[in-house]
Amino acid sequence: MAQVHFRGATKRYGAVLAVDRLELAVADGELLVLLGPSGCGKTTVLRMVAGLEEVDEGTIVIGDDVVNDVAPKDRDLAMVFQSYALYPHLTVAKNIEFPLRQRRIEGEDRRRRVAEAAASLGLTELLGRKPAQLSGGQRQRVALARAIVRDPKAFLMDEPLSNLDAALRVQTRADIVALQQRLGTTTLYVTHDQVEAMTMGHRIAVLRDGVLQQVAPPQELYDRPANTFVARFLGSPGMNLVPASVTEPASVTEPAPGGVPAPGAAPVPVGPPGDRVDLALAGGRLALGGEAALLARKASSLVVGVRPEHLAIDPAGALGARVVIVELLGAEVQVVCALDDGTQVVVRQGADRPRPAAGELVRLAVDSGALHLFDAESGVRLAVGP
Amino acid sequence: MTTVAAAPPASAPRRGGRRRRVREAGLGYLLVLPAVAVFGVFVFYPFVENFRLALYETPPYPGLPSHYVGLHQFAQVLTSGAFFQSLLSTLVFVVMVVPTGLLLGLLLAVAARRRLRGMAAYRVIFSSTVVTSVAVAALVFGTLMDPVVGLLPWLGIDPRPPILDNPTWALPAVAVMAVWQFLGLSFVLMSAGLSSIPEDVLEAARVDGASDWTVFWRVTVPLLSPTLFFGVVVATIYAFQTFGQIDILIGPANAAYEHVNVLVYNVLTTLQVNRTPGEAAVLSIALFLLTLGFTSLQLRFLERRVHYGR
Repeated sequence: MAQVHFRGATKRYGAVLAVDRLELAVADGELLVLLGPSGCGKTTVLRMVAGLEEVDEGTIVIGDDVVNDVAPKDRDLAMVFQSYALYPHLTVAKNIEFPLRQRRIEGEDRRRRVAEAAASLGLTELLGRKPAQLSGGQRQRVALARAIVRDPKAFLMDEPLSNLDAALRVQTRADIVALQQRLGTTTLYVTHDQVEAMTMGHRIAVLRDGVLQQVAPPQELYDRPANTFVARFLGSPGMNLVPASVTEPASVTEPAPGGVPAPGAAPVPVGPPGDRVDLALAGGRLALGGEAALLARKASSLVVGVRPEHLAIDPAGALGARVVIVELLGAEVQVVCALDDGTQVVVRQGADRPRPAAGELVRLAVDSGALHLFDAESGVRLAVGP
Repeated sequence: MTTVAAAPPASAPRRGGRRRRVREAGLGYLLVLPAVAVFGVFVFYPFVENFRLALYETPPYPGLPSHYVGLHQFAQVLTSGAFFQSLLSTLVFVVMVVPTGLLLGLLLAVAARRRLRGMAAYRVIFSSTVVTSVAVAALVFGTLMDPVVGLLPWLGIDPRPPILDNPTWALPAVAVMAVWQFLGLSFVLMSAGLSSIPEDVLEAARVDGASDWTVFWRVTVPLLSPTLFFGVVVATIYAFQTFGQIDILIGPANAAYEHVNVLVYNVLTTLQVNRTPGEAAVLSIALFLLTLGFTSLQLRFLERRVHYGR
């Protein structure tokens, strides 16, 4: 078990910068998820740790050792590949014992470890089979067994669940979390699936185009996304983002722009007039108070973010919208609406709430306490402080 | 009744179906006819005729009648000392060519997988021997092995007697050229085999702690076994049938000829020098059975050790 440190780790493929000056510290025993869309460099990061890709600049430190020039076989890591990469000519037992054999672990010790690893993943009955005779889920478990059979410094997992069907994925997800908890081995887990990331990671590192966007525990990532990319990437569906401009507070009776009277525009918070601003967005107005108002005043133009669960269809809402699609998901309903300026937003509501029909004109109420403000140009979250 | 009324419409489509099937089958036979005709004239008829010829003793002078001797000719040819000498040369030749040709091909293929500048050019060069004609290659090798202008005198070694006239070295010399010529195919085969091995399995082995050597012997070679097996079969057949190299490099007039008189060459000399077509036919049947036997032995025993992906 060991920490893994990235210090300015950079990887180039010709002119393409696959990983750009990555600074990241994975704590001993932590399960850190590398999350991002395909092509963001997350697998490259993992392969750099494994030694399968060279580090062009910067260093990677495992434990106390800089491993840039250490061969993969000497890094003492275990990797689970997306394709499982089992040895097709060897039986399950021989597959699991392969890493032990390479480390000259012999005889009774080896047999015992293989048996234990196989038993802990329910593979005892399958030890004599070849990978071709196994189902996808079974192969995946053999790949895991091969990783846990010895006690490596860290586990590297490259989308190990992506080839499993949905039900099996949920089950295996829980199994891996339990396994990692029991063994307490530092784990880097690569996925593009944000649900996997949210449910498994102690912390999540979000990557985009080789650049680290944010590292935080799942809830913090969800509650305080560092930029619009993270805001949109996390959550299913992601955060609604609407461009807005800051104006002086309007009186409650003033009609909203566009001539449509706003029946009961968003409540104006109580406080000194300087502490309040209005946000003009998508043909409607939102009143802001307190800290958010101070932040908004500092930005010339901004993007307002609101999670689907913080929007509600409400006749007294501040924003006008037309319902585009209503998606029923069992316990909840996602209503896709087009705001007056055409921006699409998603509203999440309980299945028990009255459901609008597609094409219907509705008004949307915004939970102003749950607004996220981002700088329109950089996409960076507006925050208190310098 | 209903049954009577129902009968005609039921049988009508059946009759139509049969007519269609006959027409389709007819078209099928028509389409394979050219192939059957070509194979019939150039393969099947000579093949059968060869068996017939083997049962007749033909005098070495043209115009004299041949007469039926049955299997007697087989016994006579296949128990002769010349046949055993020829058989031995053939087997020695196969043993020299097959493993060397395959191993060198594998070595080149492994080397060519390295991502180096200009490797594409090397790949073309390595595989070029496939498309080099036997005659051209034999002339090149003949020159290289020439006692006056060849490689050895150039290196300051006096090759006396000349390699190609030397009873000990003539066959290995032909084998060197046969290996060289087979190398292109061997390289292409092994390259294809190597590129069919999933990269991540090799990477998994490296992360699992295996050295390059171990990865090669424990993972690459087992996963390459279908290709290796195919290569052994093809190389063996190739070695059994090596003819042009011997004919051009050595030729029947050479003093060392007896030592390179492998079966396939023996067939020709028996036919053209001894002028005994019946005996030549027996020899070619022996070569056919030998090749067939070896190939089925390989299929039977070697294939057990082959691992097919899935």
